[in-house]
Amino acid sequence: MADDILGKVQGIVSEQLGVDVAEVKPEASFANDLGADSLDTVELVMALEEEFDIEIPDEAAESIGTVQAAVDFIKAKSAA
Amino acid sequence: MTSTDKKRVVVTGMGAITPIGNTLDAYWQGLLAGKSGIGPITFFDASKHKCRIAGEVKGFDPLEYMDAKDAKRTDRFAQFAISASKQALADAQLTITDLNAEQVGVMIGTGVGGLKVMEEQQSIYLNKGPNRCSPFMVPMMIANMAAGLTAIHTGAQGPNSCAVTACAAGSNAIGDAFRIVQNGYAQAMICGGTEAAITPLSFAGFASARALSTRNDDPDHASRPFDKDRDGFVMGEGAGVLILEELEHALSRGARIYGEMVGYGMTCDAHHMTAPVPGGAGAARSMSLALKDAGISPSEVSYVNAHGTSTPANDPTETAAIKTALGDHAKNVAISSTKSMTGHLLGGSGGIEGVATCMAVANDHIPPTINLQAPDDECDLDYVPNQSRAQTVEIAMSNSFGFGGHNVTLVFRKYRS
Repeated sequence: MADDILGKVQGIVSEQLGVDVAEVKPEASFANDLGADSLDTVELVMALEEEFDIEIPDEAAESIGTVQAAVDFIKAKSAA
Repeated sequence: MTSTDKKRVVVTGMGAITPIGNTLDAYWQGLLAGKSGIGPITFFDASKHKCRIAGEVKGFDPLEYMDAKDAKRTDRFAQFAISASKQALADAQLTITDLNAEQVGVMIGTGVGGLKVMEEQQSIYLNKGPNRCSPFMVPMMIANMAAGLTAIHTGAQGPNSCAVTACAAGSNAIGDAFRIVQNGYAQAMICGGTEAAITPLSFAGFASARALSTRNDDPDHASRPFDKDRDGFVMGEGAGVLILEELEHALSRGARIYGEMVGYGMTCDAHHMTAPVPGGAGAARSMSLALKDAGISPSEVSYVNAHGTSTPANDPTETAAIKTALGDHAKNVAISSTKSMTGHLLGGSGGIEGVATCMAVANDHIPPTINLQAPDDECDLDYVPNQSRAQTVEIAMSNSFGFGGHNVTLVFRKYRS
């Protein structure tokens, strides 16, 4: 299940940010490593909300800086 | 500023993305061959629409001009503009560096801007609610973004703006860029028009306005300006861009010069939202003002690239306007509507037709009006029917008229030192 979430997140990030999926490593930072600007981040959060059927409040979104952080957030939300 | 203070302005590069070819050369060869770019709509299911034909751009790959991420966050109308601008800069061999960036500007017009993204997002809004609308919707759809993004992609930091005068927008943009270079506010301008409005909502609206041809079973022959059997315009898409450059700047770097831009006229009918004023007084005044601006007498004009939309209203009105503006010389001048081949690119039309007009001046070759089988009784001038014509083109004009009553005329001539 956990790998599944990581794989899905990596796919969405790759698609949204136009980067190769191989670059979307768990430790990768959206802004610093994957070139996301503020608008990209908003769109990415929307795509994750849609895929996992969750809500990511703006305050939480700001703290999600890496691929792993997104996975952890989604896991926590899904477990709740 | 007196006329002697004004700089001379020359055309040193051109680029084109059109329904008949996606490079300057393919476009020009297509025009001379009388190639039609019109076919059944493939972009969406048009089966319920009155008009089911268009001049779609074929085989365009934005990744030839930008990376995947930029392509995704850029509406098609702006992709066309960026691509044609890069072609034009390469054609001009003009490199933008830190040293000249502030002296190169961008002026790109469009009729409607990012209609495709707006329609897609409206559908998301209705189906999924406001919180699913893309943060890129606004920056993708706003009409000025073709000019803004072209600057980002080329580094041009000089004067930058956007004309939004419907089907006259591309010509207004070229004219405004001409004034900027002429008055010394920039050494070069990337200018033209772009449009990508082959979308369901756009076709619904234009069809309701009774503007579009419904010759759905014969797309190649649907755009037939000045012909008796014309029944409306056929929409096309694409972009045409010119590099206008101050003469001394062009000479100092040994640039190839296609021709000189010498006149710009614009007027408004102040008459009706969509219909031209009967008799075409506003269009005639636009041509006369452009010629006066150029210091050229009507009898010197060799070629008119007409607005020539193939609508019942435009073609006889424009014919009357040409007679008013050129007097007795009207019957001697070669006139053609390249929309017979490309369809009508709305705000993009002034761009690609400015390119066609300059190419006619540079190559002494006039593109035809295709599908002209039996001219309308009120259309009795020389429209260069069906075959291109090799002929000296010393001075040429390009007309563009838009909903809102906008009339614009550009004048180009052979460059002579």
